[in-house]
Amino acid sequence: MSSNNGSKKDVLLEVKGLKMYFPITKGIIIQKKIADVKAVDGISFNIKHGETLGLVGESGCGKSTTGRAILQLYRPTAGSVRFEGKELTEMKGETLRRQRREMQMIFQDPYASLNPRLTVGNIVGEPLEVHKLASGKERQERVQELLKLVGLNPYFVNRYPHEFSGGQRQRIGIARSLAVNPKFIVADEPISALDVSIQAQIVNLLEDLQANLGLTYLFIAHDLSMVRHISDRIAVMYLGKLVELTDHITLYEDPLHPYTQALLSAVPIPDPYIEEKRQRIVLEGDVPSPTNPPSGCNFRTRCPRVMDICAEKDPEWKNMGTPENEHWVACHLY
Amino acid sequence: MAALLEVKGLKTQFFTQDGVVHAVNGISYKLNEGETLAIVGESGSGKSVGVMSLIRLIPQPPGKIVAGEVWFDGRDLMTLTDDEVRQVRGNRIAMIFQDPMTSLNPVLTIGQQIMEALQLHLGMDKSQARQRAIELLEMVGIPGAASRLDSYPHQYSGGMRQRVMIAMGLSCNPQLLIADEPTTALDVTIQAQIVDLVLQLRDQLGMAIIWITHDLGVVAGLAERVIVMYAGYIVEEAEVHELYEEPHHPYTLGLLRSVPRLDMGKSKRLIPIDGLPPDLIDLPPGCPFAPRCQYRTEKCTQETPPLEATSPTRRVACWNWETMVADIKEGGIYV
Repeated sequence: MSSNNGSKKDVLLEVKGLKMYFPITKGIIIQKKIADVKAVDGISFNIKHGETLGLVGESGCGKSTTGRAILQLYRPTAGSVRFEGKELTEMKGETLRRQRREMQMIFQDPYASLNPRLTVGNIVGEPLEVHKLASGKERQERVQELLKLVGLNPYFVNRYPHEFSGGQRQRIGIARSLAVNPKFIVADEPISALDVSIQAQIVNLLEDLQANLGLTYLFIAHDLSMVRHISDRIAVMYLGKLVELTDHITLYEDPLHPYTQALLSAVPIPDPYIEEKRQRIVLEGDVPSPTNPPSGCNFRTRCPRVMDICAEKDPEWKNMGTPENEHWVACHLY
Repeated sequence: MAALLEVKGLKTQFFTQDGVVHAVNGISYKLNEGETLAIVGESGSGKSVGVMSLIRLIPQPPGKIVAGEVWFDGRDLMTLTDDEVRQVRGNRIAMIFQDPMTSLNPVLTIGQQIMEALQLHLGMDKSQARQRAIELLEMVGIPGAASRLDSYPHQYSGGMRQRVMIAMGLSCNPQLLIADEPTTALDVTIQAQIVDLVLQLRDQLGMAIIWITHDLGVVAGLAERVIVMYAGYIVEEAEVHELYEEPHHPYTLGLLRSVPRLDMGKSKRLIPIDGLPPDLIDLPPGCPFAPRCQYRTEKCTQETPPLEATSPTRRVACWNWETMVADIKEGGIYV
């Protein structure tokens, strides 16, 4: 691995001040914008070659929107997304399509993300056709190779999605995303819809593929234990903003942000003795609406350590660690 | 403690076009008054159908409870008329479900839905029921209960809706609360709120709880006793500490090993359970877990192991559990 060390430090993807607002409109013929859903509200981070960045947060915090905005499936409202130095937000048409070969997505719901009328061969082979990478016999061979790679029988090419279980469908989705030989994959809750005993199979597959193909992942999930298992670094998101970002060990051993602390303490641990002794930080109330987020710090309405300044000023996104071991946090306590 | 509920040989099947689905294959267990029992299993393990059968909430057809007795309060619920069951259901036995959005009626106010059960089961008049509904909402921690009574379900968040479901469940002071994956659709911070609330209400009201879930983490902080189900069978039953310290069934061990634990460092590699759960229409002969089991011997594929007591508090259905336990003693659960 020593030869990889040099390239491993290189930044593959750089996100700066990314904002994704969805307009709320009024009126039928003449539509007037009356407000914005601030799904992602100015976030910055980068992902290095060959690493897995975990993005965690509760439903509605904007983590999936972030993944989609990075891949330009939504066009960001503001901010910059640089992939190997190239600005993605300015790309259009054919240039963008060609760029998409390098970055693919794995979706959450293995039932909704596969076209029920296409055979597995056509589903996995479609990206090859779209990007004009292979056709005819060559395409067929490549599809069989991909199916083998994700642990499916290559003779399944003529079957339809309904003939497969959830875990097998997720493997088909993974094979499709790998068809164009991408460098970077956004995995949007790839295991949430699967049974516990199947989740581990898919996670192991993703880890093997990363080791063998040198992939870089943005792993989006709400399950903190699984994120910790798979990620090198973890970013915690709350109501459209990042609250904390550091490596997987520091985040769990020394979480700084009160939200991260609460989130970690809410994750149940399968050991009754530990559960009896644990002090849980139970957050009051619900996540506010992203249409009208609180002034100052987003989290102040539920924060157990709220201060006066939290309502007035947006906390700064700052590095509390060292330049080598970064520990980013946005909180007035620090 | 006296047994509140005793289930004997319960068997539920669904008669579909493709064949007979063997959802629950003869399960027996007891529940004491005030006890919290967790039933753990994956989708298709029969955990929900098994419990819905207790209160005869199985759609018939295609479903049918083909055998079994369910003794509750000195009566066999299987022999009661529909009217008599309705008197028990929602009154002595209450339920909360997984999805609080689809289990509330979107066109009725929250107040109307809570008051309905009060008027029906307890014979309250409208103003009494309204007063009680406010008390119930306050009890489950909904701020400004009196004014929120006239709101509709869509005006509540997911966690609040689950609180409303709990308020409705508790409205008639049940002896038994059945919770079918009540926190699965919720975020972890909200899940922690709901689990805390249910435990606090249990201590306050002294009801027994059957909590159905697939999450072994939630179970650890909540249950006194655990039943593990697989393919419509109970494969293991144990007191909660015993189960996590030393599982006796290979499936339980597989479940524990296949999820990463937050309190353990970045573990090397997860150990998944190979293969898929069996088709309930065409169950293999012998032990249903045998095709996926690392402790499988020839006997396992021929004879179904009975659920036998291995200690006064434990039962397990496995021919080779002693081999497995010896392995755990040597190498630990998490290898």
